[in-house]
Amino acid sequence: MKMTGSQILCESLIKEGVDVIFGILGGSILPLYDTLTEYPQLRHVLVRHEQAAAHAAEGYARVTGKPGVCFATSGPGATNLVTGIANAFLDSTPVIAVTGQVATPFIGKDAFQEIDITGITLPITKHNYLVSDAASVAQTVKEAFYVARSGRPGPILIDIPKDIQVNPVEFDYSAKLVMPGYKPTVNGHPTQLKKAAKLIAEAQRPVIIAGHGVIISEAYEELKELAEKAQIPVISTLLGISSFPGSHILSYGWLGMHGMAYSNKAIDACDLVIAIGMRFDDRATGKVSGFAPRAKVIHIDIDPAEIGKNVKVDVPIVGDVRNVLRSMNKYIETMQHEEWMAELEELRAKHPLSVPDCSDKILPQYVIHKICQATDGKATVVTGVGQHQMWTAQYYTFNRHNGLLTSGGLGTMGFELPASVGAAVGRPDEDIWCIAGDGSFQMTMQELGTIAQENLNIKIAIMNNGYLGMVRQWQEMFYGKRYMATPLGGPNFVKLAEAYCIPALDVKRREDVEPAIQKAKDHEGCFLLNFIVEPEENVYPMVPPGASLAEVMETPRKEVLTWPRKSTL
Amino acid sequence: MATQKHTIVALVLDKPGVFNRISSLFRRRGFNMESIAVGHSELPNISRVTIVVDGSTVQVEQVRKQLEKNIDVVKVTDITLRDTIIRELALIKVHANSTTRSEIIQIVDIFRAKIVDVSGDSLTVEVTGDTPKVDTLYKLLKVFGIKEIARTGCIAMTRGDNASI
Repeated sequence: MKMTGSQILCESLIKEGVDVIFGILGGSILPLYDTLTEYPQLRHVLVRHEQAAAHAAEGYARVTGKPGVCFATSGPGATNLVTGIANAFLDSTPVIAVTGQVATPFIGKDAFQEIDITGITLPITKHNYLVSDAASVAQTVKEAFYVARSGRPGPILIDIPKDIQVNPVEFDYSAKLVMPGYKPTVNGHPTQLKKAAKLIAEAQRPVIIAGHGVIISEAYEELKELAEKAQIPVISTLLGISSFPGSHILSYGWLGMHGMAYSNKAIDACDLVIAIGMRFDDRATGKVSGFAPRAKVIHIDIDPAEIGKNVKVDVPIVGDVRNVLRSMNKYIETMQHEEWMAELEELRAKHPLSVPDCSDKILPQYVIHKICQATDGKATVVTGVGQHQMWTAQYYTFNRHNGLLTSGGLGTMGFELPASVGAAVGRPDEDIWCIAGDGSFQMTMQELGTIAQENLNIKIAIMNNGYLGMVRQWQEMFYGKRYMATPLGGPNFVKLAEAYCIPALDVKRREDVEPAIQKAKDHEGCFLLNFIVEPEENVYPMVPPGASLAEVMETPRKEVLTWPRKSTL
Repeated sequence: MATQKHTIVALVLDKPGVFNRISSLFRRRGFNMESIAVGHSELPNISRVTIVVDGSTVQVEQVRKQLEKNIDVVKVTDITLRDTIIRELALIKVHANSTTRSEIIQIVDIFRAKIVDVSGDSLTVEVTGDTPKVDTLYKLLKVFGIKEIARTGCIAMTRGDNASI
């Protein structure tokens, strides 16, 4: 049976298991949107800006493990996607972006809303396609989904000219993919697995660094088995948070610029790093030459190009994290590292994660801690980028897998609200908390419209300090406290939310924090909390730029409060 | 870190945009490309790309891996340390008059190069060889005055029975 390019696209999406699309239409994608009327099983979520479509698709992909799909029109629609696509690229998330393009005869003529989006997105997609005829739509979609979700996942862009969207051709989805240039290695090499097991058996002071790869390949049980069997503490990366239960006795914080001081000091003291599904980002390693100076390194990653890119590796293992750990765990013997564990407990007691004890002010750390308590560490938490992001990562103890959605590699302010949209669509029956900064929130707050229209159950907590806080902190510490362009006004957030028929509260006193969180939690549907927090609170610990992890700075304040840590196995 | 020239051979799908993908990769990752030559291979729809890149062993290994990540790139091999034949072709248009012409022809003969065009005040020389040979001829002809030079960049193949890549 003959179908138009648009029909073929919709049929192909359905065959790939797609049930929701985030997008905005426009001239060059009108035929495709018209076809969507024939496919009610494809839910369309209308966002308010294309950047949000890409972030929402990413949020959806990260909570479901399925590729997220976004649509945009040609020209400005397509260019608006760019930030979101780049974010998905740097955080290895499968996103399929479909863009309309001007009709084939107009390509290269600088036609209205024509832009070379495949050229623009070349360095920020895993692969992209400009579809040249309707007959190749099916094959392109099939290939796109396969590439997006296999190997190291990533975003794919498919640019479809308007005439191809309406051209009728035969639909055939049965053709086999022939991709001689794409064969991801998924199983670890047995020799390497044995070498790694030998290093683990010999180590006296091993640590595991668990990255995003553990979450992507859902290797939670395998990671836990390795850690428990060989008694190895698990330190995560920022994106690896929630790959291992936060209250597990072997959970040992996360590393990097704002990671726990004890985690960073443990990296400095260890004699073996088992890096699992992570890429030694500079924010994680600090000064590379000072990274884990006493340690040998085992590096497990599915992307061979990550091996040896930043840090010298003793035993590289290329493969899918879950497959590799499953096979490697067979070679691991039960071990105890009592001395090392005792040393680490002492380190944790000496360098705890603490907050200043201020009873009269609302400290953002306190708010996050209370949200964590109210949700039992089991919410899906989405953050923007900045101080609030670091506090969330520090003070929310995740007791569910894959609970934190945050922009790691690109550091995209404004990620939180649109990514929450995708998370809420992907996990409709779960608690979604969008923890925002007042600066970050204002970059994409138009998505309140999407949330209201779709009636999404998202709790929004703004840590409102009236500054672009993280930059202000850098100005305070490294630029002589010259606050150029960081003091930040904002709207009346409560009135703003109410304008979208979203109930909201200002929270200005410490004693109101808990009841407010409870009220938001109990409300069915979206609720916004605007926490007026201490304006010049800084994020500690901090590894200053250019310093090694061992040189981590802890809070200079004297009166600190340490919340008791509940450890369970 | 000590750098040296590496010769990398890549087999890539013959599709629009592939060349762009390769060259943009070099630009954005800051790899130093000395030359690149593309043509058909013995396989249908597969092109063969020869790239000469200057860098340390570690850097060039990154180049190889990053190239291989590309979905349109089938295979990449660094053949620097193998026994290889490396050739490039250059066309050199050099000033020549009645007094210098015979001297130039003598030099060209020594290099087993060819005169492919003659005019009143120039000779065009075609030379094939490895890069040092072409460089040396260029240096010798320079004293007569070079009007124009065009070089293809290197192509390479391993010696013996085995395929290079």
